[in-house]
Amino acid sequence: MEYFLELFMGGLIRGSIYALIALGYTMVYGIIELINFAHGEIYMIGAFTALIVASVLAVMGVHQLAILAIAMLAAIVYSSAYGFTVEKIAYKPLRHAPRLSPLISAIGMSIFLQNYVLLAQTSDFLPFPSLIPDFKFLEPYSSILRPTELVILLTTGVVMLLLTLLIKFTKIGKAMRATAQDRTMALLVGVNVNQVISITFVIGSALAAIGGVLIASHIGQINFFIGFIAGIKAFTAAVLGGIGSVPGAVLGSFVLGLTESFATGYVSSDYEDVFAFALLVLILIFRPGGLLGKSSTQKV
Amino acid sequence: MKKSHLKKMTVIAVICTWITLGISGAGVAADTIKLGVAGALSGDLASYGLPILKAAKLVVNDVNAKGGILGKKVEIISEDDMCKPEIATNTATKLVSEGVTVVLGHVCSGATKPALDIYKDAHIIAMSASATSPDLTQSGKYPNFFRTIASDDAQAKLEVNFALDTLKLKKIAVLHDKGDYGKGLAEYAKGFIEKSGKGEVVFFEGVTPGAVDYSAVVNKIKRSGAQAIIFGGYHPEASKIVTQMRKDGMKTVFISDDGVKDDTFIKVAGKYAEGVYATGPKDTSSNPMDKAVREEYKKVYGEDVGVFSINGYAAAQALLNAIQKAGSTNYDAIIKALRTDYVETPLGKIKFDDRGDAVGVGFSMYEVKNGKYVELK
Amino acid sequence: MTTFSELKKSFLTALWFMFLTFPIMVIRVNTIDKIVIWRWRNMGYVGVASFFLSLAWRYFLRRKEAGSKRALSRTANSQTLLERISSERRYKIPAMTAAAIGIIMFPFIMNSYQTNIMITALMYVVLGLGLNIVVGLAGLLDLGYVAFYAVGAYTYGLLNHHFGIGFWAVLPLGGALGALFGVLLGFPVLRLRGDYLAIVTLGFGEIIRLILENWNEFSYGPSGIAHIARPSLFGLKLSFFGEIRYLYFLMIGMVLFTIFVVNRLQNSRIGRAWIALREDEIACQAMGIDKTRTKLTAFALGATWAGMVGVIFAAKTTFINPDSFTFLESAMILSIVVLGGMGSILGVVIAALILILLPEYLRAFSDYRMLLFGAIMVIMMVFRPQGIIANVRRSYNFKKVED
Repeated sequence: MEYFLELFMGGLIRGSIYALIALGYTMVYGIIELINFAHGEIYMIGAFTALIVASVLAVMGVHQLAILAIAMLAAIVYSSAYGFTVEKIAYKPLRHAPRLSPLISAIGMSIFLQNYVLLAQTSDFLPFPSLIPDFKFLEPYSSILRPTELVILLTTGVVMLLLTLLIKFTKIGKAMRATAQDRTMALLVGVNVNQVISITFVIGSALAAIGGVLIASHIGQINFFIGFIAGIKAFTAAVLGGIGSVPGAVLGSFVLGLTESFATGYVSSDYEDVFAFALLVLILIFRPGGLLGKSSTQKV
Repeated sequence: MKKSHLKKMTVIAVICTWITLGISGAGVAADTIKLGVAGALSGDLASYGLPILKAAKLVVNDVNAKGGILGKKVEIISEDDMCKPEIATNTATKLVSEGVTVVLGHVCSGATKPALDIYKDAHIIAMSASATSPDLTQSGKYPNFFRTIASDDAQAKLEVNFALDTLKLKKIAVLHDKGDYGKGLAEYAKGFIEKSGKGEVVFFEGVTPGAVDYSAVVNKIKRSGAQAIIFGGYHPEASKIVTQMRKDGMKTVFISDDGVKDDTFIKVAGKYAEGVYATGPKDTSSNPMDKAVREEYKKVYGEDVGVFSINGYAAAQALLNAIQKAGSTNYDAIIKALRTDYVETPLGKIKFDDRGDAVGVGFSMYEVKNGKYVELK
Repeated sequence: MTTFSELKKSFLTALWFMFLTFPIMVIRVNTIDKIVIWRWRNMGYVGVASFFLSLAWRYFLRRKEAGSKRALSRTANSQTLLERISSERRYKIPAMTAAAIGIIMFPFIMNSYQTNIMITALMYVVLGLGLNIVVGLAGLLDLGYVAFYAVGAYTYGLLNHHFGIGFWAVLPLGGALGALFGVLLGFPVLRLRGDYLAIVTLGFGEIIRLILENWNEFSYGPSGIAHIARPSLFGLKLSFFGEIRYLYFLMIGMVLFTIFVVNRLQNSRIGRAWIALREDEIACQAMGIDKTRTKLTAFALGATWAGMVGVIFAAKTTFINPDSFTFLESAMILSIVVLGGMGSILGVVIAALILILLPEYLRAFSDYRMLLFGAIMVIMMVFRPQGIIANVRRSYNFKKVED
């Protein structure tokens, strides 16, 4: 039973991380139907910014909790700024281009950002400072839940809640939903569509930054390539849940995280990714719109 | 008009590149001895390739300062293969068409194999300072291949003997990173354990490099009741796994390979690295020549020697020495010289056996003590 | 006035980029020794560079917009140079002759390295043309095309390793197995559309690679298969350089054959059906086209080429391992199709040559080449979203016969 619990918690942690990145994919897709391949790189840049800021502050001798707060803030600000800029450079001029052109532009952007960080920083793995303090009360349960894991789960929960509130009850949330439904119509009723798209990119990037900082302090090291692998998985999770749907992305992420964890635990870690992708294929065969995706009626 | 402009420009660009190609392709063979250096010189594995190139440059400068070989200067031609097999064939062809006599390279075993087929056909000798796949020498299919580093099976044997005989452990978990190097090593280790009959393999699986979390695999190893883990792979995964294990309170012995015997591992894993065992090339720092090379390297490049710098230095020396001894750039003569004449290198006095492995180059076991790798005698 | 506001805009952009690149470009921390290096000079470079680049960027963007407006207002005969060469007989024949001479002379003028990378580029031409059937013509976004490439490569690798079967016998077999896998993938995903299809094909590609990586007994795992025989020529023993030339001409033949077949397919009944399917699935079904069969043939025919090129790839490198068949490879082939202009044969050929030869030429920039490569992909798409050669639709012009 303990073993099951350990695997279950491991799956939840993975799921939370995937969810924070997957939300960015799904929100962008919901609004402009673009698979934003550079999104994983935004997450990586968030982690790098946090690492740099945290190290500078540590040299200056700032208190640990203050470092955590400032580094997290810097990561969010910079990731959002990168997300915003990437959209303006690589996607905005392509609003009316053929459907696949922005996709290729996104792949190019992803290659560019990876190499930018590689050249400006380093190709080596950098140790990420453990920013999250040790909670004494968790010690007896250390094999099941560690402090970083608790923080990851709590943060993910809070962020999801805030995001849902934002989309459901604020003016900008309404504008986002309107744009997602019908961009031309939204434009006609006076929604500033360009602004809505920018805000979507900013929010998605901020979420990725939070994910980046959390996972980096959990696993303890980062390099320029972490965004690619996490990005592919998060994208898979978003599609699994039904791309474009916010609760779908969360559900898909947890399903994917748990599947991988149990596949490793009960079968073999050799084939954990095979299980993940096989699950994706199976679910899409029986529910072509993903778990919570809208059953799209074809328009004639 | 504008559109056609763009197209015209593309056409012109294509034509221009072809022309420049033609010019650069028609290089005239100058009267030098060309030493090709091939390996990962850019990208994420550059930290393995660049130190070898830098070491080779030291040797060549040294030789040229003394008047060169056979009355000719030595020239280095370096090419990047990013450790990818398909790019390595391009790299190899490029070196062949530039008329190199011998090649120092490649860095990764996977990239070395296809390149060797090309060198073999072109009658060029290649010597690697870092490609450790046992296949390269043991298959007997690459008569033109030599190396100044011991092969993986020697490493796996050392790891297994250490776990079973020195530490007297019985239950071993074998873990790898699904890569060419790591998985190959893990399989040798598994084979040696099973053959010895002194212990059992309770777990044999691979982890996905770059995954966001390794807790499931760590939990599984814990459940298997393994007393020691033999890990085949590189330091990024090793440090993640070791950190996760120690944080979970697992005291399982961790034994790994020269991909982990890197100071970065200790830096990244920090206090969790204490007590980790790793095999690595024998410590030669007592050798005065080794010391001199380390100092010169530091003086010239302003940094400490890299992982395979010393092996690279030795390989460059061995190659150039063999040409000198052979008295010509004849393929058979150089091979004969490599196999018969000893050469003084930072690794000690070496020559090569019939399969291409250096005689007298081996591995030792190291342990992390107080933030440093210490050789165990 | 405009120039002043332009300069102001660029100045603000420069400030923005200086802010944006600040932590990553300026600060460099050594986390172990607790040393922070400040590289303020980089900030200056970023500021100056982004100032001028943003000026150029907006200038070209305006030109592009002006251009597209003019193109709209003009009639259809505003063909571009390349399109004119490829369509008018008067230009076509001399151009073709020149190209043919160039192609034949190439391996004799250039050294073996140039020939070798040209072979690689030609392989991608065929891959691009194959994927063009699936993506460009049938409109099915396939992100796992590399799986079929791997199938072909391993078919030859394994058959040659175990049974010593030669290249020529395996070449059609590789194509056939590719087609078989195409159908295997095609069946379950028939119901999916758009980006769901994309992710499933991506998953399929990864599954194939992971199986090759983990199933040692079958595929020798990550250490791969070495010593695969190069193609034979009636049992003649060729020199190393001879073999490269031989492979080059073989590839030229392959490219010509592919172009011929794809061209015929495009204008055939099935080709028209693909295009109809791409444009509107429902209308297409209403016209009585069998959707299932049409989609499956697209997958199968696309995969055939990947399978065959896979065989050639294995024969060329003489060594294969799963690392050569990653998602990035699929992305590269897809980029060739989109960059070339979806559905255009000449566009795909040019794009493949550019995308594959570019990193080789950029070797001079060593470290910066992948950075430039990414940037060029973005720039090409922004300024030429329809690809190098936009696909010209077949149109019938009826002229009044004057009597």
